[in-house]
Amino acid sequence: MEMVYALCVGILTACGIFLTLRGRTFPVVIGLTMLSYAVNLFLFASGRLNVQDAAVLQKTAENYTDPLPQALVLTAIVIGFAMTAFVVILAMRARADLGNDHVDGRLPAQPESAQPREKA
Amino acid sequence: MNLLWVPLLPLIGTLVPLLTERFGRTACAWMTATLPAAALLIVLNLAPGVLAGQTIKSSLPWIPMLQLDLAFRLDGLGLLFALLILGIGLLIILYARYYLSPKDSMGRFYSFLILFMTAMLGIVLSNNLIQLWVFWELTSISSFLLISFWSHKQEARRGARMALTVTGAGGLALLAGILLIGQVVGSYNLDEVLAHTIQVRESGYYPAILILVLLGAFTKSAQFPFHFWLPHAMAAPTPVSAYLHSATMVKAGIFLMARFYPLLSGTDMWFLIVSLTGLATLLMGAYFALFKHDLKGLLAYSTVSHLGLITLLLGMDTKLAAVAAVFHIINHATFKASLFMAAGIIDHESGSRDMRKLNGLWKYMPYTATLAMVAALSMAGVPLLNGFLSKEMFFAETLHQSTLGSLSWIVPVLATCGAVFSVAYSLRFIHDVFFNGEPIDLPKTPHEPPRYMKLPVEILVALCLLVGILPGYVIGDLLYSASAAVLQGVVPEYSLAIWHGLNLPLAMSVLALIGGLAIYYNRKVLFQFQAQFPEADAKEVFERAMKQLIAWCGRLYMFIDNSSLQRYLLFMLLFTITLLAAPMMALNQTAGTRDTIPADGVVITGAILLVLGAVATVIWHRKRMIALLTLSIVGLIVSVAFARFSAPDLALTQLSVEVVTIILLMLALFFLPQRTPKESSPHQVMRDLGIAAMIGGIVGTLCYALMTRPHATISDFFLANSKTGGGGTNVVNVILVDFRGFDTLGEITVLGIAALGIFKLINRMRLFMPSGDERGRAWSSDRHPMILSVVSQLLLPLALLVSVYIFLRGHNLPGGGFIAGLITAVAIIQQYIAHGVEFIKDRLRLNYQWMIGAGLLIATLTGLGSWLFGRPFLTSWFDYFHLPLIGEIELASAMLFDLGVYLTVVGATLLILANLGKLTTPERPVHQEET
Repeated sequence: MEMVYALCVGILTACGIFLTLRGRTFPVVIGLTMLSYAVNLFLFASGRLNVQDAAVLQKTAENYTDPLPQALVLTAIVIGFAMTAFVVILAMRARADLGNDHVDGRLPAQPESAQPREKA
Repeated sequence: MNLLWVPLLPLIGTLVPLLTERFGRTACAWMTATLPAAALLIVLNLAPGVLAGQTIKSSLPWIPMLQLDLAFRLDGLGLLFALLILGIGLLIILYARYYLSPKDSMGRFYSFLILFMTAMLGIVLSNNLIQLWVFWELTSISSFLLISFWSHKQEARRGARMALTVTGAGGLALLAGILLIGQVVGSYNLDEVLAHTIQVRESGYYPAILILVLLGAFTKSAQFPFHFWLPHAMAAPTPVSAYLHSATMVKAGIFLMARFYPLLSGTDMWFLIVSLTGLATLLMGAYFALFKHDLKGLLAYSTVSHLGLITLLLGMDTKLAAVAAVFHIINHATFKASLFMAAGIIDHESGSRDMRKLNGLWKYMPYTATLAMVAALSMAGVPLLNGFLSKEMFFAETLHQSTLGSLSWIVPVLATCGAVFSVAYSLRFIHDVFFNGEPIDLPKTPHEPPRYMKLPVEILVALCLLVGILPGYVIGDLLYSASAAVLQGVVPEYSLAIWHGLNLPLAMSVLALIGGLAIYYNRKVLFQFQAQFPEADAKEVFERAMKQLIAWCGRLYMFIDNSSLQRYLLFMLLFTITLLAAPMMALNQTAGTRDTIPADGVVITGAILLVLGAVATVIWHRKRMIALLTLSIVGLIVSVAFARFSAPDLALTQLSVEVVTIILLMLALFFLPQRTPKESSPHQVMRDLGIAAMIGGIVGTLCYALMTRPHATISDFFLANSKTGGGGTNVVNVILVDFRGFDTLGEITVLGIAALGIFKLINRMRLFMPSGDERGRAWSSDRHPMILSVVSQLLLPLALLVSVYIFLRGHNLPGGGFIAGLITAVAIIQQYIAHGVEFIKDRLRLNYQWMIGAGLLIATLTGLGSWLFGRPFLTSWFDYFHLPLIGEIELASAMLFDLGVYLTVVGATLLILANLGKLTTPERPVHQEET
């Protein structure tokens, strides 16, 4: 099970990284979302995988899952949403103000040239 | 406490000229002088103790743990310099009153000057090395301001920039040296450092320390090859030159060498570097001084030469040489300050500093001429003047030293050569300016300056004579105590008499005088010889070098920061891989000792779906809608995974966040360009795939290694205390609202800030609103389908009920404020989708900003509430009550905190989504500019 889990985390990370390396805003946003899945899963795994253990205190239960990584990941999910939203809106605003959705530093007028944009 | 006032009074004094400028120039000068004069009185008051051998200390602790104190000490060396700085500084204030024209801003000038004075006092009185360095840098900055005082002149700006660059770079080297000293000694306190001399000399860092500290000193004191800034600093007003280049700025480097003399000297390395640098500077300065036609240029090179002389003295291996160095510091300061002032008077009253035009001024200003001639003769080392005494000591020491081994004889020979030129340029100063025919078309008819402009020169020249004739009485004690401070021990026997009998040093002096006369007499030949060499303008060379450096930095900068996110990421990822490579390779075995759980069919199916979803998203990332759909598969599988691995809270959270995320991205799709053109070259794709695979591999391996290692956790504490201490059985929720409540408060604050930031970003956004989809088909006009409207209306109360239930049970069963908040937000967003903004606007009057604020306020107040009971912030309270019909219920303060979380989450989520959704409607945020 651990092997399968680690494999999934690795693949999610790789997909996320690949997408964040694209030149337009939308793939970057998707990539970041996917990376945050991977990071959350990774953090969660620091409590080790448990299939049978109880999550809530019970009289009969003997073993419990580790609640600490869960608490950490829970807030991370919510904050992750806020950050994704912020990036999305930033991308929209950038498109509105700059007229394009490039994040690779290229000018839209000369998309094929590799000229870096001069800083003002 | 007395000593602290010495640098503090001038520091306050920097404001005085600015405030008193309006009262007229004379008043301004007097008021400006008061505080430095008071500081001088304090120093004089402390002087008897210091001369008797005390070291006066005074400190205020600042950050004791970092060994940062405001610490001052006054020993003989400090006293000597403090007297020079304050004494000559006061004379300069008087002199500048008459020198500056009414057009110059006197307040600004005096303010810079006093700031510089403060910085110099700070250097010579500091008892903490870091503090010393701060003042050191302050001299660089304030001298920059002073040199560029006439900022309308290009040469002033360039000269100031050059001085700042050279001395500033030296300052950085000095800082590095000081930090190394601190590492070796374990303290930055000067007393401590000087007490650990042997430790420093024997540490492996000694060569580095020595070179770094000397770099600082040499750049400041204009030693070869860093001398070039000093002549260009002559673009400053003459009072500044007189102050900076006689007693202060350039002497700071000398002071530093004298201060560290007990610590760093005594090794072959010190003697070699310092003496050779000094010797080279002495000769070069003396030689070039002769060829300068500018009066101040001559004095500038002469300063360089004399600084070289003092450096050479400090670099010789006899103790008496150090005494001679201290003596020459005093003498040079007095005669050079008076010479600069005289040059300023000549410039002021005749309008020129060019010695080819200035001739025969004796007739026009005999009094000034006399003063200048006495000072110049002192510079030449003529008997009965102070310059003679220290030069005599210098000659004697060159004969006694053995710094260069069997080549040591070369030092007295070259020293005599230097002295010959020194006599020659002094003669030129006297003869060319005051005699040698008539003035040649000067802008003004020269005349004597105002009475009080001469006064500072008179005082200084009188000092030259007094010291020269009665050295023992006038300067003996001060010289002795300063030398004792430099040597930190026994001062060797020396005699300050004028006449030591017929001996070799006297012969060298005579030789220098005769040689100087001969050279000056035959100067035409020498000038012709020198004219063959093309004159390299240090300013041009320096400017070119600086331009090249800046261009190079610009290219480097453009390479790193070309405003491409991809490149930044690439650097970071490659860096991460490099950093991780070594520890990953050191990890011998991936799998740990922990037993693994066998995989079952459900998990494998889920994993396959997840991988397919992720890979499909990558493949179709340019087809946005499909990418979103496949992405949501991934999100769903992640939430199922949480459920599977005993984390129901996470599963619920992930599920609801998934819903809002997808809604958000769908909305964003509308506003972002509809097509993602193919941007990456195949080469780039391969590269990115490689990097992504590497990072993915590393993360996956780490994850596997982590999971298969034994599990040691601090969670047992939470499990044991959750019920008894926090009153809840859902440990995750109790951690969030109780054990780690402060973290959660921080997190919801971030959430609120993000939402408000988004709200501001949406405001005034110029929108690209497509009228149809990517194939040009118009949007459907059936905006709110009937079935959806009706069903969602029915669902709303149910959904709200569910969220209340989830909220209430959160403390004991999976649920809580975060999840309930998300469910409520989803329920309301669904109404927006089903009915449109107008419909909701009339029925649901919620102000989301207020909601976030209220949530944060409730959470904070809950935390503050525990203060009322004398408990720390966010201490929770709970109890059980029995209510009729309902039964036993639990009330806990943590629930109130959770309510704050709930409100913040609802407010933030709706603020983001509703406002984004509103953009397409007439209800969009106000102040919108139409495109």
